[in-house]
Amino acid sequence: MQQSKLGLDFEKVGYAKGVSKKIAEEVQLFVDNYTTVAVERTLCRLLGIDGVDVNGVPLPNVLIDELKNKGVLSQGVMFFLGNAIVETGLNPQEIAEEVANGTIEITKLPINNLDAIHLAIKPFVNESIDKIIARKTKRENYINTIGEGTKPYLYVIVATGNIYEDVVQAEAAARQGADIIAVIRTTGQSLLDFVPYGATTEGFGGTVATQENFRIMRTALDKVGEDIGRYIRLCNYCSGLCMPEIAAMGALEGLDVMLNDALYGILFRDINMQRTIVDQYFSRVLNGFAGVIINTGEDNYLTTADAFQEAHTVLASDFINEQLALVAGIPEEQMGLGHAFEMDPDLENGFLYELSQAQMTREIFPKAPLKYMPPTKFMTGNVFKGHVQDALFNQIAIWTGQGLQLLGMLTEAIHTPFMSDRYLSIENAKYIFNNMKNIGDEMEFKDGGIIRTRAQKVLGDAIELLEKIEKVGLFTALEKGIFADIKRPLNGGKGLAGVVEKGANYYNPFVAIMNKKLN
Amino acid sequence: MSGGLYSTNSNDFDKTLDLTKVKPYGDTMNDGKVQLSFTLPVPKGEEAIEAAKQLMRKMGFENPQVVFVQELMEGFTFFNCYGNSTHVVNYSAINVPKVASSAMDMHQTDAFIKERIGRPIVVIGASTGSDAHTVGIDAIMNMKGFAGHYGIERYEMFEALNMGSQVTNEEFIAKALELKADVLLVSQTVTQKDVHIKNLIELVELLEAEGLRDKVILICGGPRISHELAKELGYDAGFGMSKYADDVAAYAAQEMDRRLNN
Repeated sequence: MQQSKLGLDFEKVGYAKGVSKKIAEEVQLFVDNYTTVAVERTLCRLLGIDGVDVNGVPLPNVLIDELKNKGVLSQGVMFFLGNAIVETGLNPQEIAEEVANGTIEITKLPINNLDAIHLAIKPFVNESIDKIIARKTKRENYINTIGEGTKPYLYVIVATGNIYEDVVQAEAAARQGADIIAVIRTTGQSLLDFVPYGATTEGFGGTVATQENFRIMRTALDKVGEDIGRYIRLCNYCSGLCMPEIAAMGALEGLDVMLNDALYGILFRDINMQRTIVDQYFSRVLNGFAGVIINTGEDNYLTTADAFQEAHTVLASDFINEQLALVAGIPEEQMGLGHAFEMDPDLENGFLYELSQAQMTREIFPKAPLKYMPPTKFMTGNVFKGHVQDALFNQIAIWTGQGLQLLGMLTEAIHTPFMSDRYLSIENAKYIFNNMKNIGDEMEFKDGGIIRTRAQKVLGDAIELLEKIEKVGLFTALEKGIFADIKRPLNGGKGLAGVVEKGANYYNPFVAIMNKKLN
Repeated sequence: MSGGLYSTNSNDFDKTLDLTKVKPYGDTMNDGKVQLSFTLPVPKGEEAIEAAKQLMRKMGFENPQVVFVQELMEGFTFFNCYGNSTHVVNYSAINVPKVASSAMDMHQTDAFIKERIGRPIVVIGASTGSDAHTVGIDAIMNMKGFAGHYGIERYEMFEALNMGSQVTNEEFIAKALELKADVLLVSQTVTQKDVHIKNLIELVELLEAEGLRDKVILICGGPRISHELAKELGYDAGFGMSKYADDVAAYAAQEMDRRLNN
């Protein structure tokens, strides 16, 4: 039996997980019946379709738009591609090119029987699976040979807009001690219903996520990792209208960490909930299979809602996200569930509450590499105080054994980090992590004290909230504004037009293969 | 203490405050002390330190001191420095344009609108363009507000709509027309290569093209926005750091009053 330093009742925790499981299962009943343009484009990418047409439209979009315009998207792209392979003997890439050129009308070809179609597509499915396994093995080899940093992993962002400049910044950060490099996406990319193509040098507040950019950064990090004798993880962002597509690109290009949270997209990007929850499932299947650690975005709730008042919504969302990840086959060891150090610095005993909640999250999700987010909302431009705020945050992380430490920057709220900001931030964390290394093993919390009482209350409140959500279902709960004070309608937001119910010939063998191979 | 061997000028300055010749203050009036840090794209070494000192002299610092040097990676060196500024500014001659409205709290503003306008003011807000950050617009508009200052949604005499982030200027104007908005609030939080300026100007141009510019009170805000910049860009007012919903609401109410009742 797990021991709680906070006097948490693990039967209550188990009960909360049971309620959350029911919430996730109900969502999954919906997910199983639908596909989306993004899911279908993902299948294109997995089958090796890449590149753009003469107008710069990615070939996966060309193909899926063609199916959508002909009103046959419900049958899924695998059906049509498999059939086209039988008919033409071409491979998926060649077929996509011919569709783009207008030399094949993929929906007008004579229809073969389903067995023949599935047989024709099988080698391409297997090739894709093998490629992802090879990527995963490469990562494992690196970790077994050159090694990796210890947790909490130091996670920093680069955001120059230019992938080649990002490489310079990333290399500097890795040499200074960073374990994870996240390439922030250009603002607005989450709302694009396609993935841009090729290496890019222009972006705002970040760099475009493209498969080529992934490749450039992965290659650079492998090189610096070999040089300094420490595997450097690469992080990018799935959340948005292209969740599974970007997950597939990440699986193929050896990304290690990916932001993956439909709830975040719904609440903060106003993406339609039906669309993104279907997209999320397949993207999580892919992340799970590829050995990618997902990051969930609960920390964002606290940028609009109050971190003290609304702590239980973060926990409730972590519970739900854990179950939605389990349904998709993600091992607990790959669940970077999110939470944050975002209380008002003027709050009396705020540190104790933050400590309590971080310890609580640790105990409730013992195997998860928790993603701990730094103060942002109350960073003021006073860089000196900001550095102290970040120090308090780092103390809690080492004390409570967080997994992925998103390093706070003293210049938060001023600009995207300078090379020197990152250095100061890494120095801050390394100093504290070393100086306070075993404090968590040494310290206990007073029975009936502030810290224990706080954790018990947050858990109790989260359970009450989960019960309410379970009663109405997750979709209705989101319509009512249960998270982050934000209400989203079931049929509102972006991307709903890309959702379609699966038809009789629908086929996606990847889910079954990936889930089977993982377990 | 002879000291003259090394430097006589360090203590040889006039230590009385003169507002026509203001200098930075460390611990003695007019000592000119400034603290700064920067990175040079050169390898760490004596040459790097000398380069930092020369740069500081060019920036107008006497007695440049490099107190900390750290190589960030090969070919990049970080410096913490101190120096004495040789420059002065004439504080007495400074004139900064400010938002002309008197401070009112939520209840006063509500009462003012009831009395002077006689109907709720319709306000829409958004973080426009590619900016994905809602923290600024939320702080001003959301019910809860920020740092103890209630947001505009809580005001009885404002009908407020917060459109959130990544709203295009076109969508924003369409919504303003639909709701017959009196006041438009635009927030710009993150900025890279001054994209916020371009975006703010584009909104003004679109409003002018639609013949709407004079029909609305146009306000922008964000950590890098000042009232002066806002006026330059063609806005009625701009709110920067340490401004809250009260400031924005009081201004909007008083500006409405000026336009309607004068």
